[in-house]
Amino acid sequence: MKTLSMRQASRALFGGAALLATSVSLVACGGGDQTAEGGKFDGEVKVGILHSRSGTMAISENTVAEAELMAIEEINAAGGVTIDGKKLKIVPVEEDGASDWPTFAEKSKKLIDQDQVAVVFGGWTSASRKAMLPVYEAKDAFLYYPIQYEGQECSKNIFYTGATPNQQAEPAVEWLLKNKGKDFFLVGSDYVYPRTANTIMKEQLKVQGGKLVGEDYLPLGNTEVAPIIAKIKQALPKGGVIVNTLNGDSNVAFFKQMKAAGITPANGYSIMSFSIAEEEIAAIGPEYLEGTYAAWNFFQSLDTPASKKFTADFKAKYGEKRVTSDPAEAAYAMVYLWAKGAEKANSVDNAKVREALIGVKFDAPEGPVEVQPNHHISKLVLIGEVQKDGMFKILENKGVVKPLAWNQFVPETKGFTCDWTQKRPDAGKFKM
Amino acid sequence: MDLLYETLFNGLAIGSVLVLAALGLAVVFGLMGVINMAHGELMMLGAYTTFVVQNIFKAVVPEALFPIYILVAIPLAFVVSGLVGLLLEKTVIRRLYGRPLETLLATWGVSLILQQFVRSVSSAFALGLLVTVVGGLLIPRLTPKAWWHQRWTPLLGSGSWIGSGLVGIVVASVLGQQRVLDQPWFSARNIDVTAPTWLRGSIDVGAVNMPTARLFIIALTAIALIGVTWFLQKSVWGIRIRAVTQNRSMSSCLGIPTEKVDALTFLIGSGLAGVAGVAVTLLGSVGPNLGGNYIVDCFMVVVLGGVGKLAGTVLAALGIGVLSYLIGSGSLLLVWPAMPAGLNELITFFATTSMAKVLVFALIVVFLQVRPAGLFPQKGRMVEA
Repeated sequence: MKTLSMRQASRALFGGAALLATSVSLVACGGGDQTAEGGKFDGEVKVGILHSRSGTMAISENTVAEAELMAIEEINAAGGVTIDGKKLKIVPVEEDGASDWPTFAEKSKKLIDQDQVAVVFGGWTSASRKAMLPVYEAKDAFLYYPIQYEGQECSKNIFYTGATPNQQAEPAVEWLLKNKGKDFFLVGSDYVYPRTANTIMKEQLKVQGGKLVGEDYLPLGNTEVAPIIAKIKQALPKGGVIVNTLNGDSNVAFFKQMKAAGITPANGYSIMSFSIAEEEIAAIGPEYLEGTYAAWNFFQSLDTPASKKFTADFKAKYGEKRVTSDPAEAAYAMVYLWAKGAEKANSVDNAKVREALIGVKFDAPEGPVEVQPNHHISKLVLIGEVQKDGMFKILENKGVVKPLAWNQFVPETKGFTCDWTQKRPDAGKFKM
Repeated sequence: MDLLYETLFNGLAIGSVLVLAALGLAVVFGLMGVINMAHGELMMLGAYTTFVVQNIFKAVVPEALFPIYILVAIPLAFVVSGLVGLLLEKTVIRRLYGRPLETLLATWGVSLILQQFVRSVSSAFALGLLVTVVGGLLIPRLTPKAWWHQRWTPLLGSGSWIGSGLVGIVVASVLGQQRVLDQPWFSARNIDVTAPTWLRGSIDVGAVNMPTARLFIIALTAIALIGVTWFLQKSVWGIRIRAVTQNRSMSSCLGIPTEKVDALTFLIGSGLAGVAGVAVTLLGSVGPNLGGNYIVDCFMVVVLGGVGKLAGTVLAALGIGVLSYLIGSGSLLLVWPAMPAGLNELITFFATTSMAKVLVFALIVVFLQVRPAGLFPQKGRMVEA
């Protein structure tokens, strides 16, 4: 009798525990299932999101990933992507590139082969893009890259929705030459984007009558800026133009130490940065950046209904303190562009979307953008000055500019163009 | 002449950051022989302490007192990093003395854990961790004495840790449902530590422009150096530390509590890393990866200086500072304008920050080929030597 009751007791206990476990797991599942709304969608399409969520680049790339997720959510809320009359829900698969370029290539392979995503939205540094490029070309897959970059590249398998140099650096240098001075000092991180961008700027300065007084490169992650400051002081003792293409958190060290050494706008130095948007200003601290310049295709302060709606939606989703920026805007727009391209092609198949996408227009937060035959997009060019509150005051609006993948200032690529609508083997780079 | 002063000042400025960053390591690696890969992360904790102190000052303390927050942060950072170092010594390093390779791997692991900790710590996470630690420590003490002599007694310790760990995970995930508690404290993003205004300007001494932040760091380094030297040379515990590092078993025979000495040495080394963490917030960015930017330089300085000698560490750091400034800024060209063309081009080639780093590394390698034990080799009655 006694043993039996023991057994019963233990059985009851076991059953109770099992019940408890089930209820816990039910609770756990409850949160995730609400959005599915059975019956609304006829299927799913997986897309990859590949940005650095950790490491030195996380400061910048988090926002980009969040903007992409927001666009996906909006598209899904509006009924998803319609292919063949079927509504497909976009399901993002997120991976962390960890600020490590080989990891980007590795995770790309994983997203393409294992998760079988239709497309990957990802990357920030050119180094990461260069690492990923061979993977997408070998597998004939599709990468959408949202960041302003150095150009001199035109892959069949990449769509570039950030600015090319003629949509950012070149107009900025022109503006500086016209308004701020002729003596230029170039500072950048030591990798492909700053080096290529500076090569282009040096050629442009030669053509347009500027003078290069010095240049220096800082390894990514380096925080010792004293030698560079000494060089700037030697080269520009009474002030001049400094063009900054540093990326990631070296910027913090750069501006903190520049300010301490008195290289500030108040002392006659005009500092133009190409990788500092609203997000980075908040992280560096506006007190270090006030009065410096930036050239972008979108500013949060852009006063249009589309821009205001984008910022309001972003704040509503991620918090009132958050800010929007050019990379976030480009990332947001590129998800929409892909969805529109897929609907136009009536397929999520790479080859079909690739052809259909050219000529697709979208009313982005910056204004209307259009995909060009060279896989880049036309963009609005703006020059702004950092204000006390960390926002930009727009000093000049240069209007919508068409992208040039191959630079026309650099002798090696002068006269070359890229047109993927042409059926020629060298469509990526041929003489005009 | 101005150029000479400028070079000296800037070399001193770069060098003093290296001294301060490497000082803790010189104590831990130099005196104890522990290869502590988590040294950079202890600096990172010091920097995060500064961030927390800054925010507390912004929130509760009257604005007039804000400029001195950094002075409050220094001792606090010493305490925070020192306590974490103590915990590290008590739990991990103590079990690995005399096994340098295992220590290297274990502390490398600890550095990854600390990085991930500041990325993901939230209120829910911290409470879960607290439950785990308290449970793991208390459960064995609360159990009946009789259990301590059973065959399965060894299982009791690990069992209570596993059990409280599971409870901790449940606590963290249940509390994590609450959005407020799930907010990460710092997240993976870099954080903004703003130097007080008096550390943002610069003063001109003659023709040399000296940023106050640099002067502050130089002063802080000098104070830390004097403090450590005094402690090691004059205080009772300092003398014990030196005795133990020179001959452990003999010291033990003479009644020096070597375990306490080890713990104390590690605490001081870690605390100094925390102080260095406060200093670097004035110069660079603060994020979970901060440590990685400094750890290589720290080891380089200690190895070049000669393991076990503080004077070597100081000299090595200042030497590297002056050298990298001289090469990186291209000042050599100004000193000697009539240089032969070939040499001129060579120097211009290395006169960028990244190439200067390459050259400095190369010179150090060459130097260590000639003098493998560094600038000031440890002589005499070391057991291992």
